[in-house]
Amino acid sequence: MEFLAETKRECEEILGRYPHPEGALLPILHLAMREWGHIPPEAVVYLSTLLGMSPARLQGALTFYPAFRTQPSGRHLIGICCTLSCSLMGATEVESYLCEKLGVEIGQTTADGRFTLTKMECLACCGTAPVMLVDGELHQSLTRVKIDQILERLN
Amino acid sequence: MPEHRLLLRDIDIPDIEQMDMYVTHGGYDAAERMLAEMASQDVIDEVERSGLTGRGGAWEAVAPKWRAMPAPTATEPNYLCVNANESEPGTFRDRKLIERNPHQIVEGVLIAAYAIGARTAYIYVRDGMARGMKLLEDAIAAAYERGLLGVDIRASGYDLDIYVHPGGGAHIAGEETALLEALEGKRAQPRARTFWPHRTTLFGQPALVQNVGTLAYLPHIIARGAEWFSSLGTQRHPGTCVFCVSGHVRRPGLYEIEMGAATLRELIEEYAGGVRQGHQLKAVLPGGAASVVLTADQIDVRLCPEEWAVPGGGPLQGNFGTGGVIVMDETTSMVDAALNLMQFYARESCGQCTPCREGAPWLRDVVRRVERGQARMEDIGLLESVAAQVSPLLGEETLALCRFAPSFAWAMQGFLRAFGEEFAQYIEAGGCPFPQDKGIKVPDSVSVRF
Repeated sequence: MEFLAETKRECEEILGRYPHPEGALLPILHLAMREWGHIPPEAVVYLSTLLGMSPARLQGALTFYPAFRTQPSGRHLIGICCTLSCSLMGATEVESYLCEKLGVEIGQTTADGRFTLTKMECLACCGTAPVMLVDGELHQSLTRVKIDQILERLN
Repeated sequence: MPEHRLLLRDIDIPDIEQMDMYVTHGGYDAAERMLAEMASQDVIDEVERSGLTGRGGAWEAVAPKWRAMPAPTATEPNYLCVNANESEPGTFRDRKLIERNPHQIVEGVLIAAYAIGARTAYIYVRDGMARGMKLLEDAIAAAYERGLLGVDIRASGYDLDIYVHPGGGAHIAGEETALLEALEGKRAQPRARTFWPHRTTLFGQPALVQNVGTLAYLPHIIARGAEWFSSLGTQRHPGTCVFCVSGHVRRPGLYEIEMGAATLRELIEEYAGGVRQGHQLKAVLPGGAASVVLTADQIDVRLCPEEWAVPGGGPLQGNFGTGGVIVMDETTSMVDAALNLMQFYARESCGQCTPCREGAPWLRDVVRRVERGQARMEDIGLLESVAAQVSPLLGEETLALCRFAPSFAWAMQGFLRAFGEEFAQYIEAGGCPFPQDKGIKVPDSVSVRF
């Protein structure tokens, strides 16, 4: 398992920003997520060589941060914010509506592999609650109609 | 009373994220003047006279932290680490500052880095802020192009590189030393601190960690002078405070008010338009999840850190916090709200210290039992006992390395003190004794363009 040539060049540039290669860990894990969608055990070995750190240390950090996934997800990853302000403004309804609409429970992927539904902690956008993150893009002031429109645009 | 906008002053100007528009509105004037006329010590002196305190929640004076930094040499560099890991429930100031006016941040970073002689600055941006990260990167690129970053800036002999560092989505990475661990490619677990000034290091070199919302004041302070800034707000905390109002109000959003110039009641009723129509105020978390909940009759309090036990030694219990005001009306179950927060804390505990790693899930599980109507009356005492073991009696004492554990212990104690009766009613009724509203709600409007 290796990065594409272009990603390798990006890696080199990122590594140059830090006096020690381990500093580049989080940015490079984000590159790995972008390229592979998740970070499997083979990638851990490859990345640990790239960063000059032990696979155990890399695995430890990888599993600490919720931004990274070790399991594959659907083509689109939905994260519903479930923390207090969003909860007050209707995150429970957002969750039940999405579960019903997609026919899955939290943590599951739709049978067609299109969506994976997850819950997240505070996304720092409480003034326009309820909110959710879809493929890294934030959607605010959600209503049922808005959720329908967002999902329709995704294949 | 009108807002007093400094950080939010230009936030609604279209295209302010573009270099030309920022410069048209006086942007980088402060940095240019600093580079032309001021030595690094002059900048520290100016910031000291301004009395600026940190906006990340600790409210510590900024200048002493800067003075405590050892002078950098060619082989022993300093680093500036900017905390943009905004993730305290109820707080959404930094997201807007970054997304709406990224140059204000870049200019603030340049000023602080120059003051401490750092030639590298990392901006640690939380996960889930992809758009803000892109805007910051574009602003940084535009600043290089204009000659405001890079080598020998404006022939001053000073070099600076700024890098955006994408975070991993952990709340605890916002703790000062955990952020440094995260930047070093480790699990974001807070370090042990022994004395002040904490000798914070990154890659073994001295590092200054400062919140993005603190640095955004610097262009204003350098441009208009320390005397002007220190004339605003309170003596101990000059300037303004950006309050983030969310929950059951008519106009949620950001409101920037001179520190101490308004009460919590004024903020909720006048600025944010009051509780949504047809409903009554029940409770307010005045400073994010880590603050102690107030009841509807406790909101005639002046909004400034001096009024709270932490950091000001004031009469109100708990933390003043981060300006994240969460408003709850009578349809909100306080057991449900407490459960929501304890779930947050149990999920976000870094797992390093026993009281926190064990205490947060314990509290969550017992509150959940109350919420499901499966609790016994003794469970209220159990909650109190667990909270007290995590952090005794709303005191400074804690058995953990950082302030995360006392935060949730105090939050739990606050809910029990103010709404213990409701917990008892739940236990007697075998569930929520009144109708809750968990549906999607749409406020009348939202202040600040999103």
